[in-house]
Amino acid sequence: MTNSALFLVVLITAIFMVIAALVIAKLLAPNSSSPHKRDPYECGIPTRGTSWIQFRVGYYLFALLYLIFDVETVLLFPWAVGMRDNGAQGLICVLFFLIILALGLAYAWKKGALKWK
Amino acid sequence: MFDFSIVTAWIDHFLRTYLDEGWALLVEFVLVGLVILTVYAVLALLLIYIERKICAFFQCRIGPNRVGPWGVFQSVADMVKILLKEIIKIDRADPLLFRIASFLVIIASICTFGAIPFDPALHAVNFNMGVFYLLAVSSLGVIGILLAGWSSNNKYTMIGAMRSGAQLISYELSCGLSLMSIVVLAGSMQLSEIVNQQAEMWFIFKGHIPACIAFLIYLIAGHAETNRGPFDLPEAESELTAGYHTEYSGIQFGFFYLAEYLNMFIIAAIASTMFLGGWMPLHIVGWEAFNGVMDMIPPVVWFFGKTFFCVFLALWIRWSFPRLRIDQLLSLEWKVLMPLALINILFMALCVM
Repeated sequence: MTNSALFLVVLITAIFMVIAALVIAKLLAPNSSSPHKRDPYECGIPTRGTSWIQFRVGYYLFALLYLIFDVETVLLFPWAVGMRDNGAQGLICVLFFLIILALGLAYAWKKGALKWK
Repeated sequence: MFDFSIVTAWIDHFLRTYLDEGWALLVEFVLVGLVILTVYAVLALLLIYIERKICAFFQCRIGPNRVGPWGVFQSVADMVKILLKEIIKIDRADPLLFRIASFLVIIASICTFGAIPFDPALHAVNFNMGVFYLLAVSSLGVIGILLAGWSSNNKYTMIGAMRSGAQLISYELSCGLSLMSIVVLAGSMQLSEIVNQQAEMWFIFKGHIPACIAFLIYLIAGHAETNRGPFDLPEAESELTAGYHTEYSGIQFGFFYLAEYLNMFIIAAIASTMFLGGWMPLHIVGWEAFNGVMDMIPPVVWFFGKTFFCVFLALWIRWSFPRLRIDQLLSLEWKVLMPLALINILFMALCVM
């Protein structure tokens, strides 16, 4: 219970720090506006088009791979904590799990998903 | 030997004699918040100064030396300056997400900071699944970075955010996996428990070769997590001006800056907690006199000594190696570090059994 309360304390501290810094900045910082100041910082010439466009697919592939392996990490942590109690049997079960994952990684590697195109 | 449990116990006793149970708890919570805030801010200033000074020595310069003796007040002056700067609003940016992004980065950083055990008593958040908490909360920063790049509606920030996202999520895997091999060794995810188990021998020695490999993987992956050094392509200044925070100004930029330095500290602190014994002094089995002398040094000094050693390693790497290309960066993670970390866990499990 105390830990959850302390987590809330830390969270509130973080939010308080953000708000306090913003209020101080609001009080101290100058505030003037001109159309050129509000331009995006690119090359000095007017920006062409929006940046919210389709992006290269390479990032998406890595995000997918990450998703698989991150879920795997989450599943492995409970095993890691109880490693001593489960002993050899637990290790063999996890070994099969890891082999399947390694096959998946090998497949992605072979298919060229890990290559930056 | 002195540790802060004396101070905290005294404050607790003092408050409980003069106040009700609930009020005493409330005052203690406020004190915890204040201490975290102060330590966070002071460490940020200190780290910025250290980084600039050490970087200068690596490059045969003197570094900041005008403001105060040896330039020690330089980062304070920078802080004041950043508060005095205007927060520029960008016409094309998404106003709400643009603001939230910078807040998310720093809030995630402070929440992670709160879980670090500085001392037996200076340990705010001590969940029984502390390692999980650290990984979960620190990865919230990625959302902030992606949001920052996307909501600025600027090509540089967009490319920077995409690179940063790919890099951070990839290296998070090896971070998690290398910490997992320590969890296998400790059989617990609670940070205080992990530190206590290292009283006789630090995990990097206790875990033989797998622990050393895990330590190296964690140092590399953690260094990449902070977007610094040879892994700084999200903000490669020669190609992307400042990457995902190009459009930020004033204190909003300051949030990113603070979070970057504190993340460096947090990674070093986690490395020292998990591998180098946290606040535990160096003990060698059988050397009673030596252990006695080591016990005289306060735990806080041990913790900060180890952490700043890791910080120094990070700075050394940062200023020694040229920047990687993104394909090299991703293949280092997916083809070398992650398979190695996976195999390492199995080795560690065999060692423990």
